[in-house]
Amino acid sequence: MRAKKPITKLLWSSLLLLLLPSAALAQDAGLDTGNTSWILTSTALVLFMTLPGLSLFYAGLVRTKNVLSVLMQCFAIAVVISILWLLVGYSIAFGPAESAFWGGLGKALFNGVVVDSLSGDIPETVFASFQMTFAIITPALIVGAFVERLKFSAMLLFSVLWTLVVYFPVAHWVWGGGWLMERGLIDFAGGTVVHVTAGVGALVVALVIGPRKGFPGGNLLPHNMTMSFTGAAMLWVGWFGFNAGSALAANGSAGMAMFVTHISAATGALTWMAIEWFKFGKPSGLGAITGMVAGLATITPASGSVGPAGALVVGLCGGLVCYWATTTMKQKLKIDDSLDVFPVHGVAVWWAPSSPASWSQPTSVSSVVMDWPTA
Amino acid sequence: MKLITAIVKPFKSDAVREALSELGVSGMTLTEVKGFGRQKGHTELYRGAEYVIDFLPKAKLEIAVADELTEQVIEAICKAANTGQIGDGKIFVSNLEQTIRIRTGESGNDAL
Repeated sequence: MRAKKPITKLLWSSLLLLLLPSAALAQDAGLDTGNTSWILTSTALVLFMTLPGLSLFYAGLVRTKNVLSVLMQCFAIAVVISILWLLVGYSIAFGPAESAFWGGLGKALFNGVVVDSLSGDIPETVFASFQMTFAIITPALIVGAFVERLKFSAMLLFSVLWTLVVYFPVAHWVWGGGWLMERGLIDFAGGTVVHVTAGVGALVVALVIGPRKGFPGGNLLPHNMTMSFTGAAMLWVGWFGFNAGSALAANGSAGMAMFVTHISAATGALTWMAIEWFKFGKPSGLGAITGMVAGLATITPASGSVGPAGALVVGLCGGLVCYWATTTMKQKLKIDDSLDVFPVHGVAVWWAPSSPASWSQPTSVSSVVMDWPTA
Repeated sequence: MKLITAIVKPFKSDAVREALSELGVSGMTLTEVKGFGRQKGHTELYRGAEYVIDFLPKAKLEIAVADELTEQVIEAICKAANTGQIGDGKIFVSNLEQTIRIRTGESGNDAL
Protein backbone atom coordinates (compact mmCIF):
# COMPACT_ATOMS: atom_id res chain seq x y z
CA MET A 1 0.00 0.00 0.00
CA ARG A 2 2.72 2.40 1.04
CA ALA A 3 4.70 1.90 -2.15
CA LYS A 4 1.71 2.77 -4.25
CA LYS A 5 1.01 6.13 -2.71
CA PRO A 6 3.88 8.16 -4.29
CA ILE A 7 3.01 6.75 -7.69
CA THR A 8 -0.61 7.81 -7.36
CA LYS A 9 0.55 11.25 -6.25
CA LEU A 10 2.86 11.49 -9.23
CA LEU A 11 0.07 10.56 -11.60
CA TRP A 12 -2.24 13.13 -10.14
CA SER A 13 0.33 15.89 -10.19
CA SER A 14 1.31 15.19 -13.80
CA LEU A 15 -2.35 15.32 -14.71
CA LEU A 16 -2.59 18.68 -12.94
CA LEU A 17 0.52 19.91 -14.71
CA LEU A 18 -1.04 19.04 -18.04
CA LEU A 19 -4.15 20.96 -17.12
CA LEU A 20 -2.55 24.02 -15.52
CA PRO A 21 -0.92 25.83 -18.47
CA SER A 22 -4.08 25.70 -20.54
CA ALA A 23 -6.10 26.94 -17.58
CA ALA A 24 -3.70 29.83 -17.07
CA LEU A 25 -3.74 30.68 -20.77
CA ALA A 26 -7.48 30.77 -20.75
CA GLN A 27 -7.35 33.33 -17.94
CA ASP A 28 -4.59 35.77 -18.78
CA ALA A 29 -1.42 34.95 -20.65
CA GLY A 30 1.70 35.66 -18.64
CA LEU A 31 0.01 37.29 -15.66
CA ASP A 32 1.31 36.21 -12.25
CA THR A 33 -1.35 36.76 -9.62
CA GLY A 34 1.07 36.34 -6.71
CA ASN A 35 3.37 39.05 -8.01
CA THR A 36 0.43 41.25 -8.85
CA SER A 37 -1.05 41.09 -5.40
CA TRP A 38 2.29 41.93 -3.77
CA ILE A 39 2.82 44.99 -5.98
CA LEU A 40 -0.75 46.13 -5.32
CA THR A 41 0.08 45.92 -1.62
CA SER A 42 3.42 47.69 -2.08
CA THR A 43 1.73 50.52 -3.94
CA ALA A 44 -0.48 51.16 -0.93
CA LEU A 45 2.55 50.94 1.40
CA VAL A 46 4.58 53.48 -0.57
CA LEU A 47 1.68 55.95 -0.77
CA PHE A 48 1.30 55.46 2.99
CA MET A 49 4.90 56.66 3.35
CA THR A 50 3.88 60.10 2.04
CA LEU A 51 0.30 60.20 3.30
CA PRO A 52 0.52 60.41 6.21
CA GLY A 53 4.01 59.07 7.13
CA LEU A 54 6.36 61.72 5.77
CA SER A 55 3.74 64.47 6.29
CA LEU A 56 3.53 63.73 10.03
CA PHE A 57 7.29 63.25 10.35
CA TYR A 58 7.88 66.71 8.84
CA ALA A 59 4.90 68.34 10.59
CA GLY A 60 6.28 67.43 14.01
CA LEU A 61 9.66 68.96 13.13
CA VAL A 62 8.38 72.48 12.42
CA ARG A 63 6.96 75.11 14.76
CA THR A 64 3.32 74.93 15.83
CA LYS A 65 2.24 77.70 13.48
CA ASN A 66 3.48 75.82 10.40
CA VAL A 67 2.06 72.34 11.01
CA LEU A 68 -0.90 72.75 8.71
CA SER A 69 1.26 74.37 6.04
CA VAL A 70 3.55 71.34 5.91
CA LEU A 71 0.70 68.82 5.96
CA MET A 72 -1.01 70.73 3.14
CA GLN A 73 2.19 70.92 1.08
CA CYS A 74 2.71 67.15 1.20
CA PHE A 75 -0.95 66.48 0.48
CA ALA A 76 -1.11 68.93 -2.43
CA ILE A 77 2.03 67.40 -3.95
CA ALA A 78 0.39 63.96 -3.87
CA VAL A 79 -2.66 65.40 -5.60
CA VAL A 80 -0.85 67.35 -8.31
CA ILE A 81 1.89 64.85 -9.11
CA SER A 82 -0.69 62.08 -9.54
CA ILE A 83 -2.42 64.10 -12.26
CA LEU A 84 0.94 64.98 -13.81
CA TRP A 85 1.83 61.28 -13.82
CA LEU A 86 -1.30 60.51 -15.81
CA LEU A 87 -0.78 63.38 -18.24
CA VAL A 88 2.89 62.95 -19.18
CA GLY A 89 4.90 61.56 -16.26
CA TYR A 90 4.49 57.86 -16.91
CA SER A 91 5.26 58.37 -20.57
CA ILE A 92 8.41 60.44 -19.96
CA ALA A 93 9.72 57.88 -17.48
CA PHE A 94 8.62 54.59 -19.00
CA GLY A 95 7.40 55.53 -22.46
CA PRO A 96 8.26 53.66 -25.66
CA ALA A 97 10.71 56.15 -27.25
CA GLU A 98 14.16 54.73 -28.05
CA SER A 99 15.93 57.68 -26.44
CA ALA A 100 18.60 57.57 -23.75
CA PHE A 101 17.12 60.68 -22.13
CA TRP A 102 13.34 60.36 -22.07
CA GLY A 103 10.54 58.00 -22.92
CA GLY A 104 8.74 60.34 -25.28
CA LEU A 105 5.03 61.12 -25.22
CA GLY A 106 3.80 57.85 -26.68
CA LYS A 107 2.07 56.88 -23.46
CA ALA A 108 0.81 60.34 -22.50
CA LEU A 109 -2.60 60.12 -20.82
CA PHE A 110 -1.86 56.39 -20.41
CA ASN A 111 -2.30 55.93 -24.15
CA GLY A 112 -2.51 52.20 -24.85
CA VAL A 113 -2.58 51.19 -21.21
CA VAL A 114 -5.65 48.99 -20.91
CA VAL A 115 -6.96 46.36 -18.51
CA ASP A 116 -5.03 43.56 -20.25
CA SER A 117 -1.70 45.44 -20.73
CA LEU A 118 1.17 43.72 -18.98
CA SER A 119 4.47 45.00 -17.68
CA GLY A 120 6.55 41.87 -17.13
CA ASP A 121 4.10 39.50 -15.46
CA ILE A 122 2.01 42.13 -13.65
CA PRO A 123 -0.66 44.42 -15.12
CA GLU A 124 0.80 47.64 -16.50
CA THR A 125 -1.73 49.61 -14.45
CA VAL A 126 -0.26 48.10 -11.30
CA PHE A 127 3.32 48.86 -12.38
CA ALA A 128 2.37 52.43 -13.29
CA SER A 129 0.53 52.98 -9.99
CA PHE A 130 3.47 51.59 -8.03
CA GLN A 131 5.86 53.92 -9.86
CA MET A 132 3.47 56.84 -9.35
CA THR A 133 3.83 56.56 -5.58
CA PHE A 134 7.61 56.99 -6.00
CA ALA A 135 7.04 60.09 -8.12
CA ILE A 136 4.84 61.46 -5.31
CA ILE A 137 7.23 60.92 -2.42
CA THR A 138 10.28 62.41 -4.14
CA PRO A 139 9.12 66.05 -4.40
CA ALA A 140 7.41 65.58 -1.01
CA LEU A 141 10.84 64.80 0.48
CA ILE A 142 12.14 68.16 -0.78
CA VAL A 143 9.45 69.95 1.26
CA GLY A 144 11.75 69.48 4.25
CA ALA A 145 14.24 71.92 2.75
CA PHE A 146 11.91 74.89 2.36
CA VAL A 147 9.35 74.46 5.16
CA GLU A 148 8.11 77.50 7.08
CA ARG A 149 8.94 80.04 4.37
CA LEU A 150 7.69 79.20 0.88
CA LYS A 151 4.41 80.54 -0.50
CA PHE A 152 1.93 77.79 -1.35
CA SER A 153 1.64 78.73 -5.03
CA ALA A 154 5.43 78.91 -5.41
CA MET A 155 5.73 75.52 -3.72
CA LEU A 156 3.28 73.98 -6.19
CA LEU A 157 4.98 75.53 -9.19
CA PHE A 158 8.40 74.39 -8.03
CA SER A 159 7.22 70.85 -7.30
CA VAL A 160 5.55 70.46 -10.70
CA LEU A 161 8.52 71.87 -12.64
CA TRP A 162 11.08 69.92 -10.64
CA THR A 163 9.23 66.65 -11.10
CA LEU A 164 8.79 67.33 -14.80
CA VAL A 165 12.38 68.39 -15.48
CA VAL A 166 14.30 66.24 -12.98
CA TYR A 167 12.36 63.29 -11.62
CA PHE A 168 10.63 61.91 -14.71
CA PRO A 169 13.76 62.01 -16.93
CA VAL A 170 16.03 60.58 -14.20
CA ALA A 171 13.54 57.76 -13.62
CA HIS A 172 13.89 57.02 -17.35
CA TRP A 173 17.70 57.19 -17.22
CA VAL A 174 17.91 54.67 -14.40
CA TRP A 175 14.81 52.46 -14.72
CA GLY A 176 13.21 53.14 -18.08
CA GLY A 177 16.09 52.11 -20.35
CA GLY A 178 18.02 55.40 -20.35
CA TRP A 179 21.76 56.00 -20.43
CA LEU A 180 22.48 55.20 -16.76
CA MET A 181 20.68 51.87 -17.07
CA GLU A 182 22.72 51.08 -20.17
CA ARG A 183 25.92 51.76 -18.23
CA GLY A 184 24.93 49.13 -15.70
CA LEU A 185 23.87 51.31 -12.76
CA ILE A 186 22.00 49.27 -10.19
CA ASP A 187 19.34 51.24 -8.40
CA PHE A 188 17.20 48.56 -6.89
CA ALA A 189 14.62 50.74 -5.15
CA GLY A 190 15.44 54.35 -5.90
CA GLY A 191 18.63 55.39 -4.15
CA THR A 192 19.54 57.55 -7.13
CA VAL A 193 16.14 58.21 -8.62
CA VAL A 194 14.49 59.20 -5.34
CA HIS A 195 17.05 60.00 -2.67
CA VAL A 196 19.93 61.57 -4.59
CA THR A 197 17.60 63.71 -6.70
CA ALA A 198 15.55 64.78 -3.66
CA GLY A 199 18.64 65.41 -1.52
CA VAL A 200 20.44 67.51 -4.11
CA GLY A 201 17.20 69.28 -5.09
CA ALA A 202 16.67 70.12 -1.42
CA LEU A 203 20.14 71.55 -1.02
CA VAL A 204 19.83 73.71 -4.12
CA VAL A 205 16.37 75.04 -3.28
CA ALA A 206 17.46 75.88 0.27
CA LEU A 207 20.49 77.70 -1.11
CA VAL A 208 18.43 79.67 -3.63
CA ILE A 209 15.56 80.81 -1.36
CA GLY A 210 17.82 81.52 1.61
CA PRO A 211 17.41 80.78 5.31
CA ARG A 212 14.46 81.36 7.63
CA LYS A 213 14.49 84.44 9.85
CA GLY A 214 16.47 83.57 12.94
CA PHE A 215 18.64 80.90 11.30
CA PRO A 216 20.98 79.73 12.65
CA GLY A 217 19.50 80.09 16.09
CA GLY A 218 17.83 78.32 18.94
CA ASN A 219 14.18 79.12 18.41
CA LEU A 220 13.49 77.15 15.25
CA LEU A 221 12.90 73.93 17.14
CA PRO A 222 10.61 70.97 16.51
CA HIS A 223 7.26 71.37 18.26
CA ASN A 224 5.94 67.83 18.53
CA MET A 225 8.10 64.74 18.76
CA THR A 226 5.07 62.47 19.16
CA MET A 227 3.96 63.45 15.67
CA SER A 228 7.45 62.88 14.26
CA PHE A 229 7.74 59.47 15.94
CA THR A 230 4.39 58.43 14.50
CA GLY A 231 5.36 59.55 11.01
CA ALA A 232 8.81 57.97 11.21
CA ALA A 233 7.34 54.64 12.29
CA MET A 234 4.98 54.78 9.30
CA LEU A 235 7.97 55.47 7.04
CA TRP A 236 9.68 52.36 8.38
CA VAL A 237 6.64 50.18 7.60
CA GLY A 238 6.03 51.82 4.22
CA TRP A 239 9.66 51.28 3.25
CA PHE A 240 8.96 47.53 3.05
CA GLY A 241 6.78 48.31 0.05
CA PHE A 242 9.38 50.72 -1.30
CA ASN A 243 12.29 48.25 -1.24
CA ALA A 244 10.72 44.79 -1.24
CA GLY A 245 8.13 45.97 -3.77
CA SER A 246 10.92 47.05 -6.08
CA ALA A 247 11.67 43.40 -6.77
CA LEU A 248 8.44 43.67 -8.80
CA ALA A 249 7.73 40.11 -7.74
CA ALA A 250 6.71 38.13 -4.69
CA ASN A 251 9.89 36.08 -4.47
CA GLY A 252 13.12 35.50 -2.56
CA SER A 253 14.61 38.75 -3.78
CA ALA A 254 11.68 40.66 -2.27
CA GLY A 255 12.03 38.69 0.96
CA MET A 256 15.73 39.45 1.25
CA ALA A 257 15.15 43.12 0.37
CA MET A 258 12.57 43.39 3.14
CA PHE A 259 14.85 41.81 5.71
CA VAL A 260 17.98 43.82 4.87
CA THR A 261 15.86 47.00 4.84
CA HIS A 262 14.68 46.26 8.34
CA ILE A 263 18.15 45.44 9.64
CA SER A 264 19.65 48.58 8.12
CA ALA A 265 16.92 50.76 9.69
CA ALA A 266 17.52 49.22 13.11
CA THR A 267 21.30 49.54 12.79
CA GLY A 268 21.07 53.15 11.63
CA ALA A 269 18.89 54.06 14.62
CA LEU A 270 21.15 52.24 17.06
CA THR A 271 24.27 53.86 15.61
CA TRP A 272 22.85 57.37 15.97
CA MET A 273 21.66 56.65 19.52
CA ALA A 274 25.09 55.33 20.45
CA ILE A 275 26.88 58.42 19.10
CA GLU A 276 24.59 60.79 21.05
CA TRP A 277 24.83 58.67 24.17
CA PHE A 278 28.59 58.79 23.96
CA LYS A 279 28.78 62.50 23.13
CA PHE A 280 25.98 64.02 25.22
CA GLY A 281 25.35 61.40 27.88
CA LYS A 282 21.90 60.51 26.54
CA PRO A 283 20.32 59.35 23.29
CA SER A 284 17.54 61.55 21.87
CA GLY A 285 14.24 60.63 20.26
CA LEU A 286 14.78 62.68 17.16
CA GLY A 287 18.28 61.21 16.86
CA ALA A 288 16.92 57.66 16.93
CA ILE A 289 14.33 58.26 14.22
CA THR A 290 16.76 60.26 12.07
CA GLY A 291 19.25 57.39 12.28
CA MET A 292 16.47 55.04 11.24
CA VAL A 293 15.64 57.12 8.15
CA ALA A 294 19.36 57.33 7.32
CA GLY A 295 19.66 53.54 7.53
CA LEU A 296 16.61 53.12 5.30
CA ALA A 297 17.76 55.63 2.68
CA THR A 298 21.26 54.12 2.56
CA ILE A 299 20.11 50.55 2.04
CA THR A 300 17.61 51.55 -0.66
CA PRO A 301 19.81 51.25 -3.79
CA ALA A 302 21.56 48.17 -2.46
CA SER A 303 18.56 46.39 -0.95
CA GLY A 304 18.45 43.96 -3.86
CA SER A 305 22.09 43.00 -3.68
CA VAL A 306 23.33 42.85 -0.07
CA GLY A 307 22.82 40.09 2.46
CA PRO A 308 21.85 40.44 6.15
CA ALA A 309 25.45 40.97 7.32
CA GLY A 310 25.98 43.51 4.57
CA ALA A 311 22.87 45.33 5.80
CA LEU A 312 24.50 45.65 9.20
CA VAL A 313 27.50 47.38 7.59
CA VAL A 314 25.31 49.57 5.36
CA GLY A 315 23.15 50.66 8.33
CA LEU A 316 26.17 51.36 10.50
CA CYS A 317 27.90 53.47 7.86
CA GLY A 318 24.60 55.17 6.94
CA GLY A 319 24.16 56.22 10.57
CA LEU A 320 27.75 57.43 10.90
CA VAL A 321 27.86 59.33 7.61
CA CYS A 322 24.46 61.00 8.12
CA TYR A 323 25.34 61.98 11.68
CA TRP A 324 28.49 63.64 10.42
CA ALA A 325 26.52 65.32 7.62
CA THR A 326 23.73 66.70 9.83
CA THR A 327 26.17 68.05 12.41
CA THR A 328 29.62 68.93 11.08
CA MET A 329 28.81 69.39 7.41
CA LYS A 330 25.61 71.36 8.04
CA GLN A 331 27.44 73.76 10.35
CA LYS A 332 30.09 74.36 7.73
CA LEU A 333 27.66 74.81 4.85
CA LYS A 334 25.39 77.18 6.80
CA ILE A 335 22.52 76.42 4.42
CA ASP A 336 19.06 76.27 6.00
CA ASP A 337 18.01 72.89 4.64
CA SER A 338 15.52 73.03 7.48
CA LEU A 339 14.69 69.37 8.09
CA ASP A 340 18.04 67.99 6.88
CA VAL A 341 16.85 66.46 3.63
CA PHE A 342 20.29 66.60 2.01
CA PRO A 343 22.29 65.25 4.95
CA VAL A 344 19.85 62.38 5.52
CA HIS A 345 18.81 61.47 1.96
CA GLY A 346 21.39 62.99 -0.32
CA VAL A 347 24.64 62.04 1.38
CA ALA A 348 24.42 58.43 2.45
CA VAL A 349 23.36 57.20 -0.94
CA TRP A 350 26.40 58.73 -2.62
CA TRP A 351 28.40 56.70 -0.22
CA ALA A 352 26.71 53.53 -1.46
CA PRO A 353 29.31 52.87 -4.21
CA SER A 354 31.62 51.60 -1.52
CA SER A 355 28.93 49.36 -0.08
CA PRO A 356 29.27 45.60 -0.54
CA ALA A 357 26.80 45.73 -3.40
CA SER A 358 29.19 47.63 -5.60
CA TRP A 359 31.91 45.06 -5.29
CA SER A 360 30.31 43.59 -8.35
CA GLN A 361 28.28 46.41 -9.86
CA PRO A 362 27.86 50.13 -9.27
CA THR A 363 24.92 51.24 -7.14
CA SER A 364 25.18 54.98 -7.39
CA VAL A 365 25.65 57.71 -9.93
CA SER A 366 29.03 58.70 -8.59
CA SER A 367 30.53 55.30 -9.28
CA VAL A 368 29.29 55.36 -12.87
CA VAL A 369 30.66 58.85 -13.35
CA MET A 370 33.98 57.92 -11.79
CA ASP A 371 34.25 54.92 -14.11
CA TRP A 372 33.42 57.08 -17.09
CA PRO A 373 36.72 56.99 -19.04
CA THR A 374 37.10 53.24 -18.79
CA ALA A 375 33.56 51.95 -18.70
CA MET B 1 -9.14 89.48 50.74
CA LYS B 2 -5.92 88.45 49.06
CA LEU B 3 -5.12 87.03 45.63
CA ILE B 4 -2.41 84.43 45.92
CA THR B 5 -0.55 83.54 42.71
CA ALA B 6 1.66 80.50 43.05
CA ILE B 7 4.06 79.30 40.34
CA VAL B 8 4.91 75.65 41.00
CA LYS B 9 6.36 72.64 39.22
CA PRO B 10 3.60 71.17 37.03
CA PHE B 11 3.64 67.76 38.70
CA LYS B 12 3.09 69.42 42.11
CA SER B 13 -0.20 71.09 41.19
CA ASP B 14 -2.32 68.17 42.43
CA ALA B 15 -0.53 68.05 45.78
CA VAL B 16 -1.11 71.78 46.24
CA ARG B 17 -4.78 71.46 45.35
CA GLU B 18 -5.26 68.70 47.92
CA ALA B 19 -3.46 70.60 50.65
CA LEU B 20 -5.59 73.69 50.00
CA SER B 21 -8.84 71.74 49.92
CA GLU B 22 -8.03 70.46 53.42
CA LEU B 23 -7.83 74.10 54.59
CA GLY B 24 -11.28 74.76 53.17
CA VAL B 25 -10.24 76.67 50.08
CA SER B 26 -13.12 76.01 47.70
CA GLY B 27 -11.82 77.20 44.36
CA MET B 28 -8.76 78.03 42.33
CA THR B 29 -7.62 78.60 38.75
CA LEU B 30 -4.80 76.58 37.15
CA THR B 31 -2.93 77.79 34.06
CA GLU B 32 -0.12 76.02 32.23
CA VAL B 33 2.61 78.62 31.78
CA LYS B 34 6.28 78.90 30.87
CA GLY B 35 8.93 80.87 32.66
CA PHE B 36 12.27 80.92 34.37
CA GLY B 37 13.92 82.20 37.53
CA ARG B 38 17.20 81.25 39.12
CA GLN B 39 16.91 77.80 37.58
CA LYS B 40 17.38 79.45 34.18
CA GLY B 41 16.53 77.14 31.28
CA HIS B 42 17.76 73.74 30.26
CA THR B 43 19.30 72.19 27.14
CA GLU B 44 17.51 70.03 24.58
CA LEU B 45 19.18 67.74 22.07
CA TYR B 46 18.00 67.74 18.44
CA ARG B 47 19.87 65.78 15.78
CA GLY B 48 23.25 65.96 17.43
CA ALA B 49 23.04 69.65 18.40
CA GLU B 50 22.21 71.05 21.84
CA TYR B 51 19.87 74.03 22.18
CA VAL B 52 19.30 76.18 25.28
CA ILE B 53 15.63 76.47 26.17
CA ASP B 54 15.02 79.50 28.44
CA PHE B 55 11.39 78.93 29.34
CA LEU B 56 10.43 75.90 31.35
CA PRO B 57 6.89 74.61 31.77
CA LYS B 58 5.32 75.61 35.12
CA ALA B 59 1.84 75.56 36.66
CA LYS B 60 0.31 78.87 37.78
CA LEU B 61 -2.33 78.65 40.52
CA GLU B 62 -4.51 81.64 41.37
CA ILE B 63 -6.38 81.48 44.65
CA ALA B 64 -8.57 84.18 46.18
CA VAL B 65 -8.76 83.83 49.97
CA ALA B 66 -10.07 85.68 53.02
CA ASP B 67 -7.41 87.70 54.88
CA GLU B 68 -7.37 85.42 57.94
CA LEU B 69 -6.64 82.34 55.78
CA THR B 70 -3.72 83.88 53.88
CA GLU B 71 -0.85 82.72 56.10
CA GLN B 72 -2.17 79.17 56.31
CA VAL B 73 -2.57 78.97 52.53
CA ILE B 74 0.96 80.22 51.92
CA GLU B 75 2.32 77.71 54.38
CA ALA B 76 0.36 74.87 52.81
CA ILE B 77 1.58 75.73 49.31
CA CYS B 78 5.19 75.95 50.47
CA LYS B 79 4.93 72.56 52.12
CA ALA B 80 3.11 70.81 49.28
CA ALA B 81 5.17 72.21 46.39
CA ASN B 82 8.59 71.82 48.00
CA THR B 83 11.08 69.38 46.55
CA GLY B 84 14.21 71.14 47.80
CA GLN B 85 15.46 71.37 44.23
CA ILE B 86 16.04 74.57 42.31
CA GLY B 87 12.95 75.50 40.28
CA ASP B 88 10.31 74.88 42.96
CA GLY B 89 8.64 78.19 42.13
CA LYS B 90 7.34 81.32 43.86
CA ILE B 91 4.30 82.71 45.62
CA PHE B 92 3.03 86.25 44.99
CA VAL B 93 0.45 87.81 47.32
CA SER B 94 -1.58 90.89 46.38
CA ASN B 95 -4.56 92.75 47.79
CA LEU B 96 -7.92 91.92 46.30
CA GLU B 97 -10.44 94.73 46.23
CA GLN B 98 -13.61 92.89 45.50
CA THR B 99 -15.03 89.47 44.64
CA ILE B 100 -18.46 88.89 43.11
CA ARG B 101 -20.23 85.61 42.44
CA ILE B 102 -21.91 86.12 39.07
CA ARG B 103 -24.80 83.71 39.58
CA THR B 104 -26.14 85.22 42.82
CA GLY B 105 -24.55 88.65 42.93
CA GLU B 106 -23.00 87.92 46.36
CA SER B 107 -19.85 89.90 47.05
CA GLY B 108 -16.85 90.03 49.42
CA ASN B 109 -15.97 87.04 51.60
CA ASP B 110 -19.40 85.50 50.87
CA ALA B 111 -18.44 85.09 47.23
CA LEU B 112 -15.18 83.19 47.91
